[in-house]
Amino acid sequence: MPPKINLNKCDGCRAEEEPLCEQICPGNLLTLKEGKAYCRADRDCWDCMSCTKICPQGAIETRLPYQLGYYPAKLIPRVGTNKIMWTCVDINGKVERFVVKTRND
Amino acid sequence: MCAEKILPKTVDEIEVEVLETDFLIIGAGNAGCFAAIEAKRQNPDLKVTLMEKAYIDRSGCLAAGMDAINTYLKKDRTIEEFVKWSRSQAGGLIREDLAIKVAENLNKPAEEWEQWGLPIKKDEDSEEYKTRGKWDITIQGESMKPIIAEKVREYGCEILNRVTATNVLVSDDKVVGAIGFGVRNGKMYVVKAKATCIATGGAAGLYKTYQNDGIDSHHQLWYCPFNTGTGYAMGIRAGAEMTTFEMRWCATRTKDFNGPIDTISVGYKTPMINAKGEKILEKRYAHLGGEAAPRYIRANAPMEEWQEGRGPCFVDTRNMSDEDIKQMKTDYLNERPTYVLFLAARGQDLKKEPIEIYGNDPYIVGGHTASGYWVDTNWSTTLPGLFACGDVSGGVPNKFVGGCAAEGLLAAQGAVKYIAGLKSQPEVDEKQIEAEKARVYAPLFRMEQEGDGVQWREMEERMQRLMDEYAGGVHQFFRMTEEQLKYALKNIKMLQGQVKYLIAEDLHDLMSCHEVIDRLDVAEVLIHHLLFRKETRWPGWQTRVDYPEVNNEEFDCFVNSRKNQETDEIEMYKRPYEQILPGERLQP
Repeated sequence: MPPKINLNKCDGCRAEEEPLCEQICPGNLLTLKEGKAYCRADRDCWDCMSCTKICPQGAIETRLPYQLGYYPAKLIPRVGTNKIMWTCVDINGKVERFVVKTRND
Repeated sequence: MCAEKILPKTVDEIEVEVLETDFLIIGAGNAGCFAAIEAKRQNPDLKVTLMEKAYIDRSGCLAAGMDAINTYLKKDRTIEEFVKWSRSQAGGLIREDLAIKVAENLNKPAEEWEQWGLPIKKDEDSEEYKTRGKWDITIQGESMKPIIAEKVREYGCEILNRVTATNVLVSDDKVVGAIGFGVRNGKMYVVKAKATCIATGGAAGLYKTYQNDGIDSHHQLWYCPFNTGTGYAMGIRAGAEMTTFEMRWCATRTKDFNGPIDTISVGYKTPMINAKGEKILEKRYAHLGGEAAPRYIRANAPMEEWQEGRGPCFVDTRNMSDEDIKQMKTDYLNERPTYVLFLAARGQDLKKEPIEIYGNDPYIVGGHTASGYWVDTNWSTTLPGLFACGDVSGGVPNKFVGGCAAEGLLAAQGAVKYIAGLKSQPEVDEKQIEAEKARVYAPLFRMEQEGDGVQWREMEERMQRLMDEYAGGVHQFFRMTEEQLKYALKNIKMLQGQVKYLIAEDLHDLMSCHEVIDRLDVAEVLIHHLLFRKETRWPGWQTRVDYPEVNNEEFDCFVNSRKNQETDEIEMYKRPYEQILPGERLQP
């Protein structure tokens, strides 16, 4: 059940010709439905998180299928210019943070 | 966008866009992007066009990033050492002529990537790249795809995003471009080109995965699930020669998640253990090199343990330091970020519970094994005007990201030379374009006219189950026999006969229909290869239970195939192995 879209946060990238998640998805899986992002086939997602990272509203959370892992673990990227700060929360509430450089300064 | 408005209902309603270019590259992944940049460097006046079915910034294998470049020749390492290592890892059968040329070009793409912005770790107090294992360097590659996409734009290449290729254009036995359709706009694109290069990546989704539970795990694959063998299929249908499909990529992956593990276990020196806590490679495969055993041995070892009742198996992380565990998770965030989520979703502490491992659904991927187009040392396929690089190109296993990039450079150099020698602009065959219109859009027309038929998903699942059960899938522990393979072939051919009943309601469906059609063509050729090699050369990758031994007298050679253009039959034959570098081939 990969991209979980928060409909309160998603604005369908109103100003854009197509929303960024639709533009970026390598599987052509995201599209718009009633003005909001919508994944046409959860089972066909590769969990690459491209949509989650690019969303300007932070409206997309990547979830794992329940057959793989339990609720409510979370992995949230905060994308900066040359780095990503990742926050991971496990099912017991334990928090881990990682800072990953993505480009040379 | 309202899909109904743009869907053609008849052949006459198809909007056709005809484009002309000098060099057409199909697939804007790592290999395709390097090919495009190199062609522009060779001759800035050339028009270079990339046809990409997704969006160049995050398409293909590198969508989520990469945590290492596994083929870099560090200081004091030689080309000869690399090729001998690769030869030994592949059971002694590689195209040495090609592998030497790839090795000569391995370092350039990595160094360029770094100049363009890719962070590569350096050793402390030195300008040398930090290493992990014999040929691996550690990178922070989350953004390596956007970085190279920017360069492709900077070099002035034309990019056709969201156009999926369906066939190459053939005229007077030459390839003169390709046809595709717009996944978003429904147009048919006819791109005429002086030279064409296939760089689409290999084939995932031929086999059923063990995680496929019918809910949300269908694409829980190690290999990019959007690489659906289209690059192979286009060549197969046009009569290009293919090699070594039977050398399938089955590897040890993290169980359930199906993520990478090999470089991690090598890099952090974590041994593979079985349920009894025995170090598998040391205990049972010491005679084949132990922890340094060939890749197919390492791949198959945990599955053998399961078979013998000693599963589950693990990569033992319990002795790792806290610092190393944190670093390993960071590596995963750069390549398959949700593996960190997976551990969190199981509440798994790697100091207490090791990582479980298992085999993956088999892939055909020439970046890891030797499957793909039979090319010459200009990376030209057997069809004049058609080049191939990266995962679709055969003969050079263990090339990985760095080697696929190097092949991009080499294929572009070959294509630029070919273009310079062309005397006349190629004509395209209008009859082929008309036939392709009818073929490509048929599932839409059938839905419009009949409203009933076969959904791509139904056919995909049937194909994947057939391949899994009868052509050595993961549920069969990669084992197969003559009778099983013949059953698979008979049914794959029946599915090919059913393709005319496919229906599509929208353009995404239409793309998905062609992804199934293409994989059926790849599966057919794959089964012929598996049938032809009556021996077991690479247990796991190719386990013939009915011929369990290596037969050097008959099969110390390449197995190649070609679809006869008159009869449509797949013809199988051998090509000799040529040793260039002296020495025992199974030793690095």
